[in-house]
Parts: sequence; structure tokens; C-alpha cells
Amino acid sequence: MSNLIIETENLTKKFGEFTAVDAITFDVSEGEIFGFLGANGAGKTTAMKMLCGLLLPTSGKASVAGYDVYSQSEKIKLNIGYMSQKFSLFADLTVWENIEFYAGIYKMKPTLIKSHGAKLLQELELEKQKRRLIGTLPLGIRQKLAFSIAIIHEPRLVFLDEPTGGVDPITRRRFWEMIYEASSRGITVFVTTHYMDEAEYCDRISMMVDGSIKGLDTPANLKAQFQSKTMYDVFLKLARKSV
Amino acid sequence: MKNSVTAYGISKSYTEQPALHEIDFSAQPGEIFGFIGADGAGKTTLFKILTTLLKMDAGKAEVCGYDVDKDFKTIRKIIGYMPGTFSLYGDLSVEENLRFFARVFESTLEENFDLIRDIYVLLEPFKKRRAADLSGGMKQKLALCCALIHKPEVLFLDEPTTGVDPVSRQEFWQNLKTVSGQGITTLVSTPYMDEARQCDRVALIQSGKILQIDTPENIVNSFPKGLIVLKTTENKNILMNELRKIAEAESVFSFGESIHITCEPNKKQELISIITSTSKGTISFDAQAKPDIEDCFLYYMQRENVKSDN
Repeated sequence: MSNLIIETENLTKKFGEFTAVDAITFDVSEGEIFGFLGANGAGKTTAMKMLCGLLLPTSGKASVAGYDVYSQSEKIKLNIGYMSQKFSLFADLTVWENIEFYAGIYKMKPTLIKSHGAKLLQELELEKQKRRLIGTLPLGIRQKLAFSIAIIHEPRLVFLDEPTGGVDPITRRRFWEMIYEASSRGITVFVTTHYMDEAEYCDRISMMVDGSIKGLDTPANLKAQFQSKTMYDVFLKLARKSV
Repeated sequence: MKNSVTAYGISKSYTEQPALHEIDFSAQPGEIFGFIGADGAGKTTLFKILTTLLKMDAGKAEVCGYDVDKDFKTIRKIIGYMPGTFSLYGDLSVEENLRFFARVFESTLEENFDLIRDIYVLLEPFKKRRAADLSGGMKQKLALCCALIHKPEVLFLDEPTTGVDPVSRQEFWQNLKTVSGQGITTLVSTPYMDEARQCDRVALIQSGKILQIDTPENIVNSFPKGLIVLKTTENKNILMNELRKIAEAESVFSFGESIHITCEPNKKQELISIITSTSKGTISFDAQAKPDIEDCFLYYMQRENVKSDN
């Protein structure tokens, strides 16, 4: 059995009378690309917030990167990466200022920020753009940079919350090549998306419906289980049931 | 002309990089006309110009025969506009929002109720709820109702389905078709390529330029390249890197579990045999595969990139 980097057992979150996340139990193995899918309002964001140490669960158990979500949320925050399409780089800071800012949040030492930052710029061939404002760079480059910065502190696990929403088809595909590259270096990827073709790129998928996980397997097995040709059909079959 | 929207060479720049470059198109009365493109393509800028909220640098545009520059007051009365960001009053209830927007246009909720009936029945159980407390899908339905309540001649919907899951997106398009059936011309923008087929005609837009305008069927049928679609049992990324080394393969892209390869139409058979002989794993070709809008978008986008590099 490979190492588990996320473990949850009956993880639950209630807001008053409303149960947003209803006793979910699942594991993610180290190095996996894990797709976290579901309709709007199914509870994905709430579940993710608990796993990132931003929201206390109502009941149940969960550990992320070996730390408990109740008592060690600060440890979790330092040991994961996070990126989303909405919450990304600061347009009115330069490339280097963004690197320093985020690396600082992850409490990296100044010497380490310098060396890791330089390496990052070299890999992305952005050394000449170091002093450019983020807002003046093309979207595709910003996207790559945002991902690289999210893993600058070399976390074992990175959360990507709809990283490709609204992105053009070429950039979207290049982004997934970066995800594979990170994954091949052993970083676990936990990703949400509304693009069903991207669901096919994941090692395993979980489908959330009304706060519960209603499907959890490899894309091939899910398609077989729900007698569907595509992940889009699987999604429609599962999400429709709840309407 | 009644209900139509026409643009002649619209250009607009915020910085040295143009946001829109010589945009020409004409939307016919009653049709659903889609602008398909990614963030930053210029969709919102174009909609702001057509709804008289932003001035263009050059060009001309008419909505229902009225000039967007000179006749902006008339245009504002006869169009409905749903911006990309939630723009209803969060602390008013569902019903209050609707009545408010009706009154702004000197109408009432009852006057054009037929137009929104099918959508409103889904909202009715929550009519006393504050708009801010609605779910994403419900907010979107309410916004559509508010844009329709004065029975506009032309409806502008800026990315109504962005960030919305596939099931809710399908529902939204069904609602929209009900509306469109009543003779309202609809201009809608989306970053989702698969929504092109929901429109009567579409413009593919990238970096402020229109790449192609036609019906979704014609765009797909006039795909100028040979397309090979295959699946493999070996590692897909390794195979894709191998395929990219073959001279005859012009583009190699991942599409879900498949790989799409384009080539000169007359090289297709030749390329299939090259691929078969180079690959180590088992490859299955999908002989029935046809290009979809995303194949076309990728092709035109690459062609445009090559042009601007030269």
C-alpha cells in the first residue's frame, strides 16, 4: 500500500441546519492526480476548505500531509500549495515581488527564496521579465507562473481549484502538461474542474452530489460502473439524480 | 433593421495591445449568436461597446438600426444586458429585484410575465429570499429574468455559464432557447467550446480578433485538415512526445482520453501507417471521428499565432 497523503473518515460540515458536507470518507495516495468533481453547491469548496485547514469540520476525522485538520491546521497550510483561477497572482506587483510574497507566506528563508526563485525563473525562461508587472504578461505565462509559485516551497501536495476556468484550449493543455510534470516529481495533485475532458486526465475521480461522495474510482472504472462512454455522461447521470 | 445587431470594424485599445481589432459581424433577428473565446479574448469589451457602456476607438455599430454612439438612449431601453459578474441587489428579495428592474424600464412584473414564466416557476419557491442568499444557479436564473422583464428586442448575455457545472449549464441553455423562441435576438459569450452547438451561429474570438464566423456545423464541416483520433494503452504523454517528432503531424493535442493529430488531408493514410509502425503499445484509431469546435478553435488559433509571429 502506498503512503496516504489525505485521509478522511466521515468528515462532515454543517452550517446551522444545512449539511454542506455529509460524512465523506476517502483517501488520496502520495503522487496521485486526484480529481474532485461535483455540481455547483455539491459541497466541493467546503470540503476543500476543511482539507486546507481553513475551516473546522463539525465532525469526523481528516489528516492532510500527516497533520490533523482540527489541531494542526497551521502546519497544513505551510505544507500544501494552493492555486485557483480566481485567487492568483497580484497584477500590480512584479514577477519577483509575487515570488517573494508567496514564498514569504510559506515562511521560506530569504536565502532559499533567492535560490528557488532564480531556479523557477530559469525553468520558465522568465529571467528577463523578473521586474515586469504581472498584469502586463500574457495570460498563459501568468498561469504557468501561478502554478510554479504555488509549489515553490516544494510541498508534497498541491490543491488546484478550477485552475483552467476560462482559459484558451492551448493554454489549458499546456497547463495539464505542467500538472503531469509536477506529478512525475512526486507532488500529489488535488484538482477541481468543470471541464469533463480534464477529468479523464486524473488518476482517480471523486464525484460529489449533495454533500456526499457518490462515485470514486479511476475514470475508466467510473465509465464502466455507470455504463457511460464519457465522463460527461457519468457526471450527468450522477448529478441529475439529485435534481 | 428590427432586432439585428451589426458591427463594422470595431476597434478598441486600453493599452498598446488592442483589446478588439476590426470586429465585423451581423446577428440576424431572432438568432442566438455566440462569441466563443477564452478570458482576455475581448468578449466583455465588445459587449460593453454594443450595450453603449463603452466607447469604441474606431468603427461603427448598430443595434436594431440605431447607432450605438448617437442613439445610446434609445438602445438602452430596448436591450437586456446580463453582465459577467453578479449585478443584482443582494439585499433585495427575488421578487423585489424583478419589480425593481421592471419599474426602471417603466414596466411591471405582470406585463411581460409570459416571457419569464418558465424560468420564474423555478424561482418562485424562493421569491421572498434575499438575492445574496441564493445558490449560484438560482442567481443566474434571476439575473436572466431581470434582463428579460421589460421584453427587450435584443438580449446580451456576457458569460452566463462561466464557472457553472455541466448540468446547470445545460439547464441554462434550455431556458435560453425558450426565450429565443419568442423572437428575441440573443448575443451570448462563453469560454466553453462545447456550447457552440447551442448557438445558431458563432464567432470564434481570440486576442481581440474574430477567427471564424459561421454556423457550428459549417465551421466543423469546413475543417481544412485531416484529423486522426486515437487511444493508446501505453503512457499517453510519452506517445504524444513521440508523435510530435513526426514531420507529417502538424499538431498533436490531448482530448480527454484520446489524442487528436492533424495533418494535410492527403497525408492522412500515410501518417496512420507511420504512427502504427512507430508505436510500441496498442493503438486504436477511431475511424468515425469528426473534428469538433475545439479542434477548429485550436487550428485557427495556431494559424493566427503563426501569422502574428511572422
